[in-house]
Amino acid sequence: MMSFSLWDIVRNLLIGGALTLLLSLVAFVLGGATGLLVLLARIGKWRAPRALAQMHIELFQGTPLLLQLFTLFFGLSLFGLDVPAWLAAGLGLTLFTSAFLAEIWRGCVEAVPRGQWEASSCLAMTYWEQMRHVILPQAMRLSIAPTVGFAVQVVKGTAVTSIIGFAELTKTGSMIANATYQPFLVYSLVALGYFILCYPLSHYAQSLERKLHAAR
Amino acid sequence: MPLVSTNRLHKFFGKNHVLRGIKLDVEEGEVVTIVGRSGSGKSTLLRTLNGLESIDDGIIEVDGAKLEVDCADAASLRALRLKVGMVFQQFNLFPHLSAGQNVMLAPQVVKGTAKNETEDIARRMLERVGLAEKFDAFPDQLSGGQQQRVAIARALAMSPKVLLCDEITSALDPELVNEVLGVVRQLASEGMTLIMVTHEMRFAREVSDKLVFMHEGKIHESGDPQAMFARPETPEFASFIGSLN
Ligand SMILES: Nc1ncnc2c1ncn2[C@@H]1O[C@H](COP(=O)(O)OP(=O)(O)OP(=O)(O)O)[C@@H](O)[C@H]1O
Ligand SMILES: [Mg+2]
Repeated sequence: MMSFSLWDIVRNLLIGGALTLLLSLVAFVLGGATGLLVLLARIGKWRAPRALAQMHIELFQGTPLLLQLFTLFFGLSLFGLDVPAWLAAGLGLTLFTSAFLAEIWRGCVEAVPRGQWEASSCLAMTYWEQMRHVILPQAMRLSIAPTVGFAVQVVKGTAVTSIIGFAELTKTGSMIANATYQPFLVYSLVALGYFILCYPLSHYAQSLERKLHAAR
Repeated sequence: MPLVSTNRLHKFFGKNHVLRGIKLDVEEGEVVTIVGRSGSGKSTLLRTLNGLESIDDGIIEVDGAKLEVDCADAASLRALRLKVGMVFQQFNLFPHLSAGQNVMLAPQVVKGTAKNETEDIARRMLERVGLAEKFDAFPDQLSGGQQQRVAIARALAMSPKVLLCDEITSALDPELVNEVLGVVRQLASEGMTLIMVTHEMRFAREVSDKLVFMHEGKIHESGDPQAMFARPETPEFASFIGSLN
């Protein structure tokens, strides 16, 4: 018979928490980079990339993250591809994040007033010159608060990857809860872990939001 | 050979026939003011002159840069816009850039002029509109009148052959109108070719070489401003003058 001290529980949860943090970071960084490409395709002038980007966004926004992970995890193995849980988790969350960020950022691009387009057109700038020097810098400023806000969703979204067996915080928690018969204590600690990860982010997002409003 | 000339210009917004065959010639150095009732197509006409609005028929030519209905490609649009500057009612300064950077951006990006040279240009242009000391100020630190003068400097920095001004004092507090009109007056006296839409009739009469009265998408009456105000030829223009007071 094994027995668990509180420290054993916390130590294992810390490892799970570290994996949650790592997965969130990977998803956010890779998803952000992919999202930028999707955004540029989505607002660009070429028809085929625009349609592809639109499809990408609708697909990943219109289906539950859980099913996206299942599809990656089980679907690819049908084709003989053995996808480890960490890869399916990272890939799934990256794609999910890219779709949402692309859409959030597109909203910010469209929030830049039409007069900015007209003024830069009058100065004979090309579409990409306008984007690069006039529109995107302003959109970027608008996007900071909602982007940080979405980062919170990504952190919480990583919990879903526990279902395909990725040993992040939630999965670790459920394993320890089963072994210790102390589900209330363990899950409370798990929740606390998410709170510690998310609180600074949502707090930061709120203060950015306030600052932006004050600046107007 | 006029500097700006349009012929048979037609524009539709859906079924709304907004420009109905405009023929307008503007000589180099001429100051032309367009007046007319709201909805008569003044802004639309100005905006077709630099391709902000597409046209449905006709031709626009500015100093050799031609825009026709069936050949309004990116290259001819760019050629046209290099000749035509524009100042808007709402200023439309780039809020993330300082006054100096607002003026420097297009010469740098569009013409590829070196940075130290564009900075020279920007300082000279800001001085021209009386804002030399505001080089580093951001738009939200400037009054409306100052913002509009920066917008004029920004347009001038591209050395346009003609400057379009669409009600550039209409969004200003009354006490700020004169500083902007002063800059326009000075440009006119320096020989800049100007096409403007304004409700400042006294100013229009004072600086314009030619007055154009638009009515229902057509140039209804045009000529020397003093003569037109003294002896309006059409009842529409007469009633327009009457409605001013
Ligand atoms: N982008 C647009 N889409 C549809 N209709 C438009 C558009 N812009 C202008 N119009 C219509 O075209 C007509 C002419 O508008 P325009 O803005 O040129 O008038 P204006 O003479 O400048 O009037 P104002 O003195 O009010 O500025 C109006 O009936 C207007 O409703
Ligand atoms: Mg108008």
